[in-house]
Amino acid sequence: MKRVVVTGQGTINALGIDVASTIQAMSESRCAIGQMEFTDINRLNIRIGGQIKNFDPKEYFERQELSLYDRFTQFAVFAAREAILQSGLIFEGELSHYSGVILGTAGGGLQTQDESYRAVYQEGKNRVHPFIVPRLMNNAAVSHVSMANNLKGPSFTVSTACASSNHAIGQAFHLVRSGAAQVMITGGSESMLCFGGIKAWEGLRVMSHDGCRPFCATRNGMVQGEGAAIFVFEEYEHARARGALILAEISGFAMTSDAADIVMPSIGGARRAILAALKDAKMNPEEIGYINAHGTGTVANDKTETSAIKEVFKGHAKNLMVSSTKSMHGHLIGGTGAVELIACIAALKDGMIAPTVGYEKADPNCDLDIIPNHARDKKVSAVMSNAFAFGGLNAVIALRSI
Amino acid sequence: MTNAVQDKVIKIIAEQAMLDTSEVSIDMLIEDIGLDSLGLVEAIFSIEEYFEIDIPFNANDPAASEFDVSKVKTIINAIEELVSAKVN
Repeated sequence: MKRVVVTGQGTINALGIDVASTIQAMSESRCAIGQMEFTDINRLNIRIGGQIKNFDPKEYFERQELSLYDRFTQFAVFAAREAILQSGLIFEGELSHYSGVILGTAGGGLQTQDESYRAVYQEGKNRVHPFIVPRLMNNAAVSHVSMANNLKGPSFTVSTACASSNHAIGQAFHLVRSGAAQVMITGGSESMLCFGGIKAWEGLRVMSHDGCRPFCATRNGMVQGEGAAIFVFEEYEHARARGALILAEISGFAMTSDAADIVMPSIGGARRAILAALKDAKMNPEEIGYINAHGTGTVANDKTETSAIKEVFKGHAKNLMVSSTKSMHGHLIGGTGAVELIACIAALKDGMIAPTVGYEKADPNCDLDIIPNHARDKKVSAVMSNAFAFGGLNAVIALRSI
Repeated sequence: MTNAVQDKVIKIIAEQAMLDTSEVSIDMLIEDIGLDSLGLVEAIFSIEEYFEIDIPFNANDPAASEFDVSKVKTIINAIEELVSAKVN
């Protein structure tokens, strides 16, 4: 089996429109959740989110590209530019045939759907823009990243709700590890902050009106975010041979299904995924120094996740640092694991342990060291990223420093 | 009226092809203007929106459409007919 390393990363999210500003914001324990702005927001009860406000797509894309790019595609193509530029790779000849793209998204081109439904249902229009289908399809972001970078290998979209990015990253990892691909571009992208997107979540009654406070006794739900994070996964010897800067090693990945409830999480499914990821990475539980938790800020998730972590790590659970960066950038649904991998890599590379901000009061059901409110400077050599989706689909990634 | 249709159609086609209107003449073939199939579909959409007409164009097989999109001139002629049919 080949070793898989990360040689490039890029992002756009409410904290920053590149990796450096995102890590800076995390290290300053900044919260980017605020009042959202979009059509018909006054018809919503939930009006806060991690919305990207300092991004004008016209600065980065041609008019013809924009007519084909939903906002979730813009995010993916934009973040992929940063990641691939950092990797220094140019995809031509054989390399382009053995390099592909796997991205996660839950909503795909939801902005396009929302606008188009408004036009035909609410405004009674009978003619719609001809590119609605290629804009809204869930694989649009993958296809445009592939086209923009000449990536001709295995490419597809993974959609498993809040675990989409982690599942996508896992597939990319498997393809490079097995030798089926030399380089994979992976991560995820989401843009659900529009009237229909928030209205649907509002109906589920799991959204907070006033903030995302994971693991805190006063937590009252999740807050959505938007954006993308994209990574370059490369076979280790290939990266070394060309003298690439290696950011981290992806050491293990595991997936499980709860087979229980369509929305309620299960301790068993989470525990089995964490254990299997450790086994896949050939890691002892004691090696893990930091976990980027799923930590949605819902009562159910945070309690269940805490129990699963304690069951796996036992005595080591009290030494573990566990944080939910969703408290700062919001829950990016299908893109969330990707943005959270930025925090994992920053922990390995720079010893920057991102905090859980907004923390007010201890919850005995969530008695972990959740890095309350202030980032920490501490060296770690192995970390983990959890994602536990609606539908009971769990995906956990283990990484090592290199 | 004729000139208004012609000027607007040329403007839309030129915009899609990222050209100046002076670079598009009515005798040009669409393929020589550099409009790809998606660009042509988008141009037809813009024309429909502007003139509030429905253009019988089939992107599966443009040659089989009753709407001839081979040249700028044939497009203009067809649109003039559609616009006058609407007015009448």
